Amino acid sequence: MANPTVSPAAAPKVLSPVPVRTKSQQRRRNRYVIAPLILIGVNVVLFLVFFVWPGALGLIYSFTDYRGVGKLHFIGLANFQKLFADSTFYAALSRTFLYTVLSVPLVYVSSLGVAALLVSKAVRGRTAAKVVIFLPWLISPIVVGVIWKWMFGQDFGFVNFVISTLGGSPVQWSSNGNLALMVVIFAAAWGGTAFNMLLFIAALKNIPEALLEAAELDGANAWQRFRNVTLPGIAPTSFMVILLSTIHAMKEFAMIQALTNGGPGTENTLIVQYIYKTGFEQSKVGYASAASMVLMVVLLAIALIQLRFNRKKG
Amino acid sequence: MASATDLPPIAGEVAIPAVKAARNRGRREGRTRLSAPLTGLLWLVVGIYALPLLWFILSSFKPGSELFSYPLSMFPREWTFQGFFDAWERVDFARYFLNTATVALVTTALTVFFSACTGYALAKYNNKGTRLFFVCILATTMLPTEVILNPTFTVIRDLGLYNSLAGIIVPSVLTATGVFMFRQFFLTVPDDLLHSARIDGASELAIFFRIMLPLSRPILFTLAIFSFQWRWNDYIWPLIVLNDPKSYTLQVALRSIVGAENIDWPVLLGASVISILPLVLVFAVFQKYVLNADVSAGLKD
Repeated sequence: MANPTVSPAAAPKVLSPVPVRTKSQQRRRNRYVIAPLILIGVNVVLFLVFFVWPGALGLIYSFTDYRGVGKLHFIGLANFQKLFADSTFYAALSRTFLYTVLSVPLVYVSSLGVAALLVSKAVRGRTAAKVVIFLPWLISPIVVGVIWKWMFGQDFGFVNFVISTLGGSPVQWSSNGNLALMVVIFAAAWGGTAFNMLLFIAALKNIPEALLEAAELDGANAWQRFRNVTLPGIAPTSFMVILLSTIHAMKEFAMIQALTNGGPGTENTLIVQYIYKTGFEQSKVGYASAASMVLMVVLLAIALIQLRFNRKKG
Repeated sequence: MASATDLPPIAGEVAIPAVKAARNRGRREGRTRLSAPLTGLLWLVVGIYALPLLWFILSSFKPGSELFSYPLSMFPREWTFQGFFDAWERVDFARYFLNTATVALVTTALTVFFSACTGYALAKYNNKGTRLFFVCILATTMLPTEVILNPTFTVIRDLGLYNSLAGIIVPSVLTATGVFMFRQFFLTVPDDLLHSARIDGASELAIFFRIMLPLSRPILFTLAIFSFQWRWNDYIWPLIVLNDPKSYTLQVALRSIVGAENIDWPVLLGASVISILPLVLVFAVFQKYVLNADVSAGLKD
């Protein structure tokens, strides 16, 4: 069973009374079991130490009132009871959902749109355009936050300067919670387009041209071709982009740390930031771990729902 | 197959070139008609994407006094490098730079190597163990570090990695994307190659190191660039692991500038621009490995 690529005829099992045979069989098995074990060994250890161990520890913590030092003291489900009555937790969670629901479609549309333009043969200067649009990929979430903070500064930003030059009144990009969230969403789309664009370009190039031509001959216009040929053709990529962007948005942290720090006040504190604040700044490790477990369940649920949705469509 | 043989051969030969020519003409006309608006649209989008970056970079060349003086101008009235010098000296930037470079380079080398090993094993040895580990790797994408901040901190502390660069390097070596990229690549390598090497008496590990690893060079480069970018820009691991400002990486240092009560914008802009430079350089040299890479290969599975 070690390796299906080895033809079974080469290793007759029953008809080998000669001990040499079994020995070579043994050796072969060792080859096909031990070699891969050596190859994956380091990553298995890393997986156990940095995923399984903290994962299990987090689950244990969530049932304790651990504060970072001393012995673990189990308090049952008290953390979860408190959590589900905690309005700041709900605020953070619902703000995270809002952010995800608004930013994922924007990322999807902008990366697919850009990719579609970049594979269209009618467009000139595609290589240069691709490089420019790809540049934000190089920039860290922290610096993306800095860049957009600088653009949308309420009293000093470029955008408000342009607005007031055109005769408008400056917009409250940082003191109005919803506008601040809007800036975060723009920044996320700006930073997230590049990578997803690459995925879409690869997918769009894989659509057989004959299909599009056939649709054209049948009289389908550009939109109908896109809707009925291109979109189904890139469905697996779409699914992946949406899933990855959703998970990414749910755990958005660094960019917001730099851009708004969850402000104004705590209005735009997202869930990971909430966990970080509770767990590290207030060292309520047990409580923060309970919140982490809820986030984990949410992420898992999102993945499962999307997987199921994808399967149904397929 | 069937339909091709069913067609009368002569009719096919005559009809197809005519139809093709007409179709091409039609498409070419359509293309030129659409070319101008589509090109315009694309470059408008390019402008929108470039503007924040351009504004940010041009601002970093402005003296502090000019940054906030209305009316703002796109280009600095007076060009200066003062912000960069201040950032480099006042914030102990050289040290952060070195720390970040160490972490990014060492982790990248390790990630590429171990991802290649694991990806190869998952692609070419199909047994219970490798199948199970494949699912485990898949699970890591569902359980990101952000979700288990506190326990991860405990683990790092108990292992004695707290406050050391090794504490950032070691946990980051395992990446699902890297493993998937190599697995996907090795799945496309024909098994015959493996068999003939075995018949020639090569040991399993020798096959991997002498034949397979050299074959995977394109993926190796692509993952190296990806990994370098991930590690250079990483914020969450340094944040958990590092406490002593002396071992800060760039991202944590930048965050401490931007998180201050009164932001020192000239220093922040200078520091941010400097922090981007190495990646821009890497990208300029190796861009074909990123832009032409079928990145979906690793993730699609």
